[in-house]
Amino acid sequence: MAKIIVVTSGKGGVGKTTTSASFATGLAMRGHKTAVIDFDVGLRNLDLIMGVERRVVFDFVNVINGEATLKQALIKDKQFDKLHILAASQTRDKDALTQEGVERVLNELAQDFDYIVCDSPAGIEKGAFMAMYFADEALVVTNPEVSSVRDSDRVLGILSSKARRAERGEDKVKEHLVLTRYNPTRVSKGEMLSVDDVKEILAIPLLGVIPESPSVLTCSNSGVPVIREEGTDAGAGYRDLVGRFLGEDLPHRFITEQKKSLFSKLFGAP
Amino acid sequence: MDWLKFFRGEKKTSAQTAKERLMLAVAYQRSGQANGPSYLPRLREELLGVVRKYIQVPDDAVQFSVQREDGLEVLELNITLPDQ
Repeated sequence: MAKIIVVTSGKGGVGKTTTSASFATGLAMRGHKTAVIDFDVGLRNLDLIMGVERRVVFDFVNVINGEATLKQALIKDKQFDKLHILAASQTRDKDALTQEGVERVLNELAQDFDYIVCDSPAGIEKGAFMAMYFADEALVVTNPEVSSVRDSDRVLGILSSKARRAERGEDKVKEHLVLTRYNPTRVSKGEMLSVDDVKEILAIPLLGVIPESPSVLTCSNSGVPVIREEGTDAGAGYRDLVGRFLGEDLPHRFITEQKKSLFSKLFGAP
Repeated sequence: MDWLKFFRGEKKTSAQTAKERLMLAVAYQRSGQANGPSYLPRLREELLGVVRKYIQVPDDAVQFSVQREDGLEVLELNITLPDQ
């Protein structure tokens, strides 16, 4: 049975799409057949972050409307053949995502895939709701910043009351905290909420901490999910996160300040 | 100048302020007043009016909260009557 995981946050710009791309890629790297769907109808972005923008022929809404088959619309990753991407439509019709349509596509994917990752748009409107509704688990992407934490709490409230699992009275959606853009130096100066602060406020288990890193931008420039970049701290953070999701017991890294070696101070190595 | 703050006794960092503000904001959100049905404040006012027809109670005598259990939304009302 396929597992449906929503990547959500409420607030925009916190790293949902970056996380969706790296998380889905990471699951595929570990040998799991994974589909990642962009739910941001009207503002397609996942295809760019994953470097497949020139290969989009049909999209999610085309499949829902029966204008294309799922097979035609799924884009197979060139690096990892277990990874498939379903792009968002650029139509501005907000009602394009119907509950029945989304359910039909998810059911069809579930026959073939181990994991279905739903990249939610920002906000709590229809697209975000559709991405959340069918989820078994949720990655709640949060920045250590007041508005992001409050929005995450709001989204957790919606997940526990409005998701299909809640409506059916099943076990609740399993929630995971993903803390992104974390800067241990600023935390130690008292300028940024710490991991423990955010954990205490949101009261959900921590899946991973992704340090603030220049590599996230440089990777998105070239359309490579940051998890694929060896030697970057953000990439390592995402690889650890995927390992933990799959049940490995890995200690959290990037929570405390890394002391720079004399060598890197002198020669400016990152 | 961090060391000056130490002598002035200004110990609260901006992160601590952020945490305190968030705790309050989140508590309000979870109490159901932020995400409950929009008619709740009016319902509360009217109930207060009805209770006051019979007995004098203070403004905070009618408390409500929206809770969610097993997929059901439960509106819980508490009316505190003053000691006789």
